[in-house]
Amino acid sequence: MSTRKRRVVVTGIGVCAPGALSADALHDLLLSNGNAIEHFPELQELNFGCQLGAKPAYQEEMLAPYFDKLWQRGLKSAGMVYAVLSGMEAWKNAGLEARPEQRDPQAGMVFGAGVLGVDKLYEAFAQVDQGNVRRLGSTTVLQTMTSGASAYLAGLLGCGNRISANSSACSTGTEAVILGADWIKQGKAKRMLVGSTSEGGPYVWGGFDAMRVLPRSFNDKVDQASRPMSATAAGFVPSCGAGALVLEDLDTATERGATIYAEYLSGSLNAGGQREGGSLTAPNPKAVRDCIRETINKSGLNASEINAINGHLTATKGDVAEIAAWTEVFAEQQANLPPINSFKGHLGHALAASGSIELVACVNQLKHQVIYGNRNCVDLHPEIAEMAGDRVLQTSRYQSLEAIIKASFGFGDVNASVIFKKWSMD
Amino acid sequence: MDKNEMQESLLKIVKLYLPEDVSIEDVQLKSNFIQDLNINSAHLVDIVLDVEDEFGVVLENEDMDGMQTVEDALSIITKKLEDA
Repeated sequence: MSTRKRRVVVTGIGVCAPGALSADALHDLLLSNGNAIEHFPELQELNFGCQLGAKPAYQEEMLAPYFDKLWQRGLKSAGMVYAVLSGMEAWKNAGLEARPEQRDPQAGMVFGAGVLGVDKLYEAFAQVDQGNVRRLGSTTVLQTMTSGASAYLAGLLGCGNRISANSSACSTGTEAVILGADWIKQGKAKRMLVGSTSEGGPYVWGGFDAMRVLPRSFNDKVDQASRPMSATAAGFVPSCGAGALVLEDLDTATERGATIYAEYLSGSLNAGGQREGGSLTAPNPKAVRDCIRETINKSGLNASEINAINGHLTATKGDVAEIAAWTEVFAEQQANLPPINSFKGHLGHALAASGSIELVACVNQLKHQVIYGNRNCVDLHPEIAEMAGDRVLQTSRYQSLEAIIKASFGFGDVNASVIFKKWSMD
Repeated sequence: MDKNEMQESLLKIVKLYLPEDVSIEDVQLKSNFIQDLNINSAHLVDIVLDVEDEFGVVLENEDMDGMQTVEDALSIITKKLEDA
């Protein structure tokens, strides 16, 4: 086996996101600073404090190529649908065969999920409570197991390597990318479909509404509701969807003449141990810094070579702490703080899917050499303005872009961070 | 319901579960759902649910165990309708 360090590249991207049913549509939405958040009358009827959210508006006919009539009949797992649509887009975007005859033992998958098949579970609970367990049918388990989406996709794609679903709350998507890239770097597979999916709607979002972490005063101001980094930020707007990336060993990608969109340089995963200010719901600030710092150190880049930051930045009070972390780590490394953006102002917070959808957007930024602008933060939070005021772009800006760092944080005090670089052979 | 109607209704259900390479013309009275028609065994439970909905009957576990062929299904449905 070669002792040369394996390089991992991104050769395919796909999303099933609010306001964007393809990676190209996501680029258009973010470039134009568009809004995907809507008001849901259903949430109003159910007495939600926050009646806003965002969902991918897929059409039933998009399912036909991937789910036969039987599957479609009992299909209630939105998370599976999002995963399949985004995963198939990424696979085809990579120029790979969609429904191959043969199993490929070198192709694997890490496709994470938060909770899967909530509407299917709801249907199942009712049947079970009425003593009708025998009426659950054959797909209840498949639609509600955390690995249901990865299992189904793996069948479509004939993936014969490791197939699994990770779960680490809102860092799930970013973690999936790291797990897949590490697997390739270890020489255990040549190609990994990585991504994550998250469901939405009242049963998923309700718990957050009860925690009072969602904005309650914007129900009639839909397009202003999600305000990362703003002085008037009032909580995150929940959303859902899925994002997917094809990661490949460089030699494999080059041999088949694949288009390379970006190189995965490094990733770090850690946790704050729910110590030193960290808790089940708030990150330990020191651990956040450790995670970001380690990602930069492992990348082989100087911090000054990183031209953009895509934050977790959900529009809660955590934003100030996050900006402080970015500011400090870049200062430690004697580098200027690069422009910072959050896509949650446009898309809402897609929970377990946020990391993967946002990483697809980061690849798009490298591909198109553009930094997307932020939404709804003209009134920057004063502490953020002081630390990084001129680093928060209000509108998208085309500029030369070499490398992007992205971070995601999740309940449980878990952190994940990744650096992607514009592709060049040297 | 006469025998032909019953058979037609059953075949309409079975058709949904046939793999792509098996056509409805291949289905005979003696066809075994799993061995001859290549129907995914997990789907047999769904066929039973469809049969229950279509014919307004309830199949017990032992009925399901005995339902190996198209003919078996027809005789079980007939018996259930008579008992009803």
